[in-house]
Order: sequence, then C-alpha cells, then structure tokens
Amino acid sequence: MSASLATVSYIGATILFILSLGGLSNPATSLRGNLYGMIGMTIAVLATVFGPRVTMAGIPWIIGAMVVGGSVGLYAARVVKMTQMPELVALMHSLVGLAACLVGFANYIDPAASAQLTGAEKSIHEIEIYIGILIGAVTFSGSIIAFGKLSGKIGGKPLLLPGRHWMNLMGLLVVILFGWQFMHSESVSAGMIALTVMTVIALLFGIHMVMAIGGADMPVVVSMLNSYSGWAAAATGFMLSNDLLIVTGALVGSSGAILSYIMCRAMARNFISVIAGGFGTGGGAPAAAKGSEQPAGEVVAVSAAETAELLREARNVIIEPGYGMAVAQAQHTVYEITQHLREKGVNVRFGIHPVAGRMPGHMNVLLAEARVPYDIVFEMDELNADFPNTDVAMVIGANDIVNPSAQDDPTSPIAGMPVLEVWKAKTSIVMKRSMASGYAGVDNPLFYKENNRMLFGDARKMLEEVFVALKS
Amino acid sequence: MTLMIGIPRETAAGEKRVATVPEAVEKLIKLGFKVAVESGAGDAANFSDDTYRAAGAEIIEGAAKLWAASDIVFKVCVPTSAEVGLMREGGTLIGFIWPAQNPELMQQLAAKKATVLAIDSLPRQLSRAQKMDALTSQAGVAGYRAVIEAANAFGRFFNGQITAAGKVPPAKVFIAGAGVAGLAAIGTAAGLGAIVRANDTRAEVADQVVSLGGEFVKVDYEEEGSGGGGYAKVMSEGFQQAQREMYAKQAKEVDIIITTALIPGKPAPRLITAEMVKSMKPGSVIVDMAAERGGNCELTEPGQAVVKHGVTIVGYTDLVSRLAKQSSTLYATNLFRLAEELCKTKDGVINVNMDDEAIRGLTVIKEGNITWPAPAPKQSAAPAKPAAAKVVAPAAKGHGHGGSGAPASGTKTAVMFGVAALLFWFIGASAPAAFLGHLTVFVLACFVGYMVVWNVTPALHTPLMSVTNAISSIIAIGALVQIAPPLMGGGDRPDDWIRWLAVAGIALTTVNMFGGFAVTQRMLAMFRK
Repeated sequence: MSASLATVSYIGATILFILSLGGLSNPATSLRGNLYGMIGMTIAVLATVFGPRVTMAGIPWIIGAMVVGGSVGLYAARVVKMTQMPELVALMHSLVGLAACLVGFANYIDPAASAQLTGAEKSIHEIEIYIGILIGAVTFSGSIIAFGKLSGKIGGKPLLLPGRHWMNLMGLLVVILFGWQFMHSESVSAGMIALTVMTVIALLFGIHMVMAIGGADMPVVVSMLNSYSGWAAAATGFMLSNDLLIVTGALVGSSGAILSYIMCRAMARNFISVIAGGFGTGGGAPAAAKGSEQPAGEVVAVSAAETAELLREARNVIIEPGYGMAVAQAQHTVYEITQHLREKGVNVRFGIHPVAGRMPGHMNVLLAEARVPYDIVFEMDELNADFPNTDVAMVIGANDIVNPSAQDDPTSPIAGMPVLEVWKAKTSIVMKRSMASGYAGVDNPLFYKENNRMLFGDARKMLEEVFVALKS
Repeated sequence: MTLMIGIPRETAAGEKRVATVPEAVEKLIKLGFKVAVESGAGDAANFSDDTYRAAGAEIIEGAAKLWAASDIVFKVCVPTSAEVGLMREGGTLIGFIWPAQNPELMQQLAAKKATVLAIDSLPRQLSRAQKMDALTSQAGVAGYRAVIEAANAFGRFFNGQITAAGKVPPAKVFIAGAGVAGLAAIGTAAGLGAIVRANDTRAEVADQVVSLGGEFVKVDYEEEGSGGGGYAKVMSEGFQQAQREMYAKQAKEVDIIITTALIPGKPAPRLITAEMVKSMKPGSVIVDMAAERGGNCELTEPGQAVVKHGVTIVGYTDLVSRLAKQSSTLYATNLFRLAEELCKTKDGVINVNMDDEAIRGLTVIKEGNITWPAPAPKQSAAPAKPAAAKVVAPAAKGHGHGGSGAPASGTKTAVMFGVAALLFWFIGASAPAAFLGHLTVFVLACFVGYMVVWNVTPALHTPLMSVTNAISSIIAIGALVQIAPPLMGGGDRPDDWIRWLAVAGIALTTVNMFGGFAVTQRMLAMFRK
C-alpha cells in the first residue's frame, strides 16, 4: 500500500470517527455511530499495518500484541457491571496515558525518527515528545487513582497535603527547568535523565491532583481525564506528524473538555476550584457548620407499604435516581415498579441531574440496563417546571442534587447549584440509608419539609417491599 | 311605558325553585322594569316575601292576579295549560319550554298571541350566550348535588385517610358522560378527595376531565362521538360493545357510579345493565342523572332511591330542586342577563330583536307566530367548551445545551483576541511550515469536536466517554509505525528496546480499542424506547 493510499484511508477514518460521535446525538442512531467508529478504527489500523512504514518483520509482533490486548479488552467489556462503568472508563484512560508515554519514549530513543530534523523543527519535535509524555504520565497516574477511588480501593475523602498548591507550582517549575535541559542535551542518554525526572514528577502530580478531589467531584475528574487522554493522543500525533492522531485526539480532547464543563456548571462550580480540590470533605466542611442553622422541623418516616399507597394514588410520579441506586443495584426493581404503575395509567418519568452518579450519563446507562424506555427519562431542565403538578417525587439514593438550600441559602456551600425541585411536588419521598449528609457535607432541609417522607433502608430491599405492596 | 315582570309560584310537584331572587329583582328594577312576585313563590327556596318586598318587588296574592298583572312572566318549569289560560293576551313568557316535546303547549301559547323565549333553545355555542345559559348553570348544580346524594348514600369517606384508627382507602368514583353535569360532578368528587374516573364518547373532553382532577378512561375503539354543537351522538354497535366492556370493568372496580349520558331528542342510553349492578361491591351507589329520560341504568326507578343487589340506585329527577337556593340564584342571574339583552335601552321596554343571533334562537313564538326551530346559527369554529378548562402551559424549554451563555463583554473579548493574535504571530514567526499544517488540522478538529459533542444528548454521555476512549486508542498507530519501520541503515538503533516498548503500547491500546467499542455496543444496545 502506497503512502498516498494510507493517507486517504486516514481521511476516511477521520470522517468515520466524526460520524461516530455525531451518531450519539440520539439513542436511535447511536448504534450505527458506534459501528462507524469500529469501521474507522479497522481502516486506520489496517492502513498502517499494510502501509509503507511497517515491514513484514513486524507483523507477528503486532498480531501477538493485538491478540493479547484485544482478548483482555473484550473480556473486560463482557463482564463489567453497568454500575462499574466509571471504574472501567477510568482504567481505560490510564491505558491510553501509559501508551502515550511508551510511544513517546520509543520515539525519543529512535534515532531514525529525528534523523533528518534540524533547527526549529528539531526543537519542536523535542517539545512534542516532552509534552506528549507529560500529558500521558499525568493521565496515567491520575486515572489509576480515579479508578481506585471509584472502585472503593482508595477512600473517597480528599487528601489535602499542607501547601499543596505550592507543591504543584514547584513541580511545574521543575518540569520547565528539565524541559530546558532536555532540549539542550547533547546525547540521547543525557536527555533520558531529564525525561525520566519529568515523567516521575508528572506521575506524582497526577496522583496528587486526583487524591485531592472529593467523591462528589468524580464526574468532573473522569471527564477531565477523558479530555487528557485525547490531548495525549493529539500530542503523539504532532510528534509523529500524523494528522489522523491529531484529529482524533482533538475530537476526544474537546469532548472531554465539554463534558467537564457541563459537569462543573451542573454543580455551580468553576473548573479551577474542582481541579484545585478540597471539596466534599464530609463532616469537616466548616462552611456547612457555621453558614446555615439547623433546619427546623420533624422528619417523617414512612414504611414501604405506605409508600406503595402513596404511589398507587398518584397520577404523576417523577423518580430521581442518584448514586445510592447504583450502589444498591436497585435499578431493576425501580423499573418493575415503573412498569406496574404505567400499566395503571400513572405517568411515571425519570428526572436525571447531570451529576447524578459518578460519571456523566451514569444514571441513564443504569436505567437503560434495567430496560427503562429512554423517552420517559428526562433531563433536569426538562422536568423542573413540572414538579408542582406532580403527586409523588421519589428520590432514590440522592441528596445534594435535591437540596433546596442550593436555591434558598446563599451561604450554603452548594448555593447556586441547579437542583431538582422535588419539594414542589405534592409529596416527596426520599429513600436513604440513614440521615447522613451527602458528599457535599451539607444538611438537607428537604428532609424536614412538611410534605416530605423518608423511607429509610437499603434502596433495593425497600423498593422490593414497595413493589410487593403495590402488587397486592 | 314600563313593563311589569311577574314571578309566579312554581306549581309542578316537588319543584322548589323560583324564577328570580331578591338580588336579581333589584337589578331588574334598575333596568327600568317593575317586578311583581306571587306571595310564597320563593318560600321553598328560602326567599321570603319580605325579602322580595325589601328588594322593591310588589307581592301579589294568588296566581290569577299575578298572571293578569304581568306583561312578562319569568318561569322555571314548563307552564301547564291552566297557567297558559291565565296568561294575558299578547304577553311575553320566558322559561323552559322544550318546544320539541311540547307541541300542544306551543299551539296554546301561539293562540294567546304570546311572545315566548325558551331558555332551553339558547344557541349555546355562542360565547356571548353563555351568561344566559340556564341549562349549564342548572346542570352544574345537578352534578354537584348528584355527588352529595352519592356521598349521602355511601357508607364511607370519600378521601383516603391514615388515622390512628386505621387506614381508609379513598372512594373510587366513575362518572359516565363529561358534559356540564358530569364535569361538575368530577370537580366535586375530586374535591372531596375521591379517585375520579370519567368517560365520554367525545374524546375532546379528555383534557377537561383531567383539568378538574379526573382521569379519562378511554373506550378501546376508534370513533368520533361529537354530534355537533357540543352534544353527543348515537355511536356504532362496535363502539357500544367496547363501551359496555369498559363499563362492566369499571363497575367491578369502583364504589360509586354517576351517569349523566343524554343524547338530545332521544331516550337516555342504557349504559349500566342489571348484570353490572350485580357485579358491584355491596354498599356501592349509582346516581342516575338521566332518570327523567328513562335512566342510564336498567334498574333505575325515576324519582326514587332504591336498593337492588346491595347497591343503592338513586334516580331522583329533582336534583336541581334539592339545591333550590343555589339553582334559583343562578337561574335568576341567567334570566337577568337575558333581560339585559332584551332591554338595551334600560327603560323597562323589551325589544325582541330577531336579527340578534342569540335572541333569534331563544324566541320560539313571536307575537303568536311559531318561529321554532330557528335556522342553524353560523357554526362557530371551535367547539363550545362549557367548562373553562384550565390550560397548563407547558414550559417550552428547548434542548438545554448548545446555546452559549451571554456574550462576553467587549473588553474581555478584545483582550482574548489580542492574546490569541500574539500567540499566533509567535507561532507563525518561528514554526516551520510542516508544523503549521498540523496545527491547522488540530485547531479545525477542535472546532469540529466542539460542534459534534454539543449535539450529543446528555443521556448518552457515558457511551460518549467510552466511545471516545475507544477512539483515543488510535494512539496504537504511533506504536505500530515504530515496531518495524523500513530500516534506513542506522546501525545504532536500539531495536529491541523500541520493539518492546511498541509491543507494550499496542497491547495496551488494543485493550482499549476492543474493550471500548465492545462495552459501548453493549450499553447502546440497552437503550430502547
């Protein structure tokens, strides 16, 4: 295959990748979009393997590596539970980051790659290698920590080292300093030292960054790492002068950046403060303690049977799922109840807050897994106006996203965050394990409202009881 | 010449209403009329002679004297022939006439050279006529009273309660026919806390049912049941079969059935069979508001409340009279509004203007000439809605994304452009051409990505992440080209190192490649309508 043919194939793959993302604008076209992505990837890989830059000697190695990697990937995709999607995605980000590092190192030690470059071109090539490895390393270690936090292997509480901002700044200065050295190194082995030091600092920086971020901010972190993995690919593309990598990396990078932006907006926080970390300190949030007085009123607990009674007499029901539903694996029971109510002519809908769960769109995937039709699943903005006409708003394992103090209390740490206005419904039922506060560490006045009922217990167990009571 | 309006006492058995009330008397006098009321006319509706006198009316003993003294007579019920006999030659009569059912009466009135305005012949579809619509006002009262009668006969609460003495389920009420009376019944029953279901052959009333707090039960059969002018029509056999099945199902489930189904000029449709009554729970109640016209229920005995198969069947034909004060007040207002239309000059003289569409429709006899039926009025575009259906405006919010926020302020934009220009100048001044080519591609790709990703529906954000993840494994190409490039003779290339690094890179990225696409496929396959 000639070089031109390979380039044309790359253009085809680029178009297919763009179509692939475009297909996701609607669930009906999304499967086709995914297919485009697969075809694009196949074309790109085949065009490279049979292209001018790979000789026959490499084929066995390539096949061997791909068989190993592919089978691991397919196995993981088959066995992963939908509630574990955030972990899987984080882990995959780390692989992209690591691969970007490895490719960068390999490229640097390959004298053929930069043999014919001189002057400014050589400098730019070296900067590209340096930045590519930097982003790759940060993505790798950050994603590993994110994976650990999401899967519960590392505690969700943010780790706040004293003077952490100064440490980050120091790291950055050291990275720049070694970057200077790296570009002025005489030999590959001299450059390797600078490169290695930088990689270690980048790895530490990635760890430190994600360690400092609280559990509730995980959706931002996951989408941010998604963005980084894209930029790593783009940097690799610059390094190898490969437009396909640049385009794909830019697509992925901007996708992740937009998702991060959406998540930040949904929490009324700016990106810098999320990245700087320190939010979601649990009991230790001083703002919550001094800012708002204890909400007055009494918490009214109800039983599963009474919940079923309320649901049976309702005409309009909106269900707001949160991370608690995912933890309890309650989505299937939720759907059984939904189906039962819908057969009785009850208008059941789902209201999804953008940051419900641990990654963007997490709740939608869980509900889809439980076979909830996607046309009754709505975004927060689409439903908020309907709460006054709703008989029962059922909150399953969510807290901060239904907290009225985000609107009422300007001193609240979550003030200004858009929330689902469940308290405007005739009755709201909150399913929770206990009275503990959410990740933001803020007390929720919703629980004390007159029209609110609390259903304490494990979401799945309680919902099963509700379902039995509904059927009888 | 000021005309005298006479209000005789209603003579029909059980009729407690009266054609005007003291409040309306005052207003009629302000229009320039004189008003005479037969002694005792308002007693049954709790309006004493004194209150009429206080309002300015003259009280006249005996029907004969009153009829003789009156130029215009306001009545509620259809007049008897004896009453027509008392009527003054060339006088005016306003009230319920039902000309189609009472041809002899029409002849008799015509012989008296009378002018007769039948309030039941009002063209109801004119929005201007609604203030005079006595059928609506009286039906509303009847619908309310029907629920009260049902509650009276029913042994339980209407609303569900959770009390210290145990849980009370709410009563389930089914209302057949969502006309004015039916809608009033829905509102009343829902207000008492019952679960209300309703059905009507006219599908367009479903919204009104829902707006009043009811639930519209559809008949599982496609047919349009609107017979024009807001009335129902006779339905096909197939529809009736499906309707019977629905009623049979409802009868088993509900505690109370209120039937209001009437078709103009026809006997009331039989909706509830004896079988259905038997299937109802003991203690249930049926209120048959169509009892006067034969009843919607097979077992109804008009004018009585009977218990059959443990079900109380209320067939009262005087539901409106049982709320005489309210219905009289509303009726009096309807007639006062009519008087206003007839006497626009406010000098106590009426002008029966046959060019006025509303008055033309009302007038069934003009100076001894029968003018009924009136030619069909111009069809109004929209079907008349007797009850004001509350329209809840849906919050027309578009897709929440895609719109960038408020435009940034001028200085901020200028600064950003300045910085960007400086950056681009620096790059352009120092970077080689090849790099600029890649930079172009990169910047354009960022914009394409921006545009494409904003279009992704938020429901698919997780698949978006996994698919971008899979796509970002394109980095494999970087490893592929390093594994065994065509050698250019460089002897000092550390082949083994590079090969192992590249092999590891390929293995890692293929995990992503296959895993990412496969898991996306798995997720997307789950999304379904």
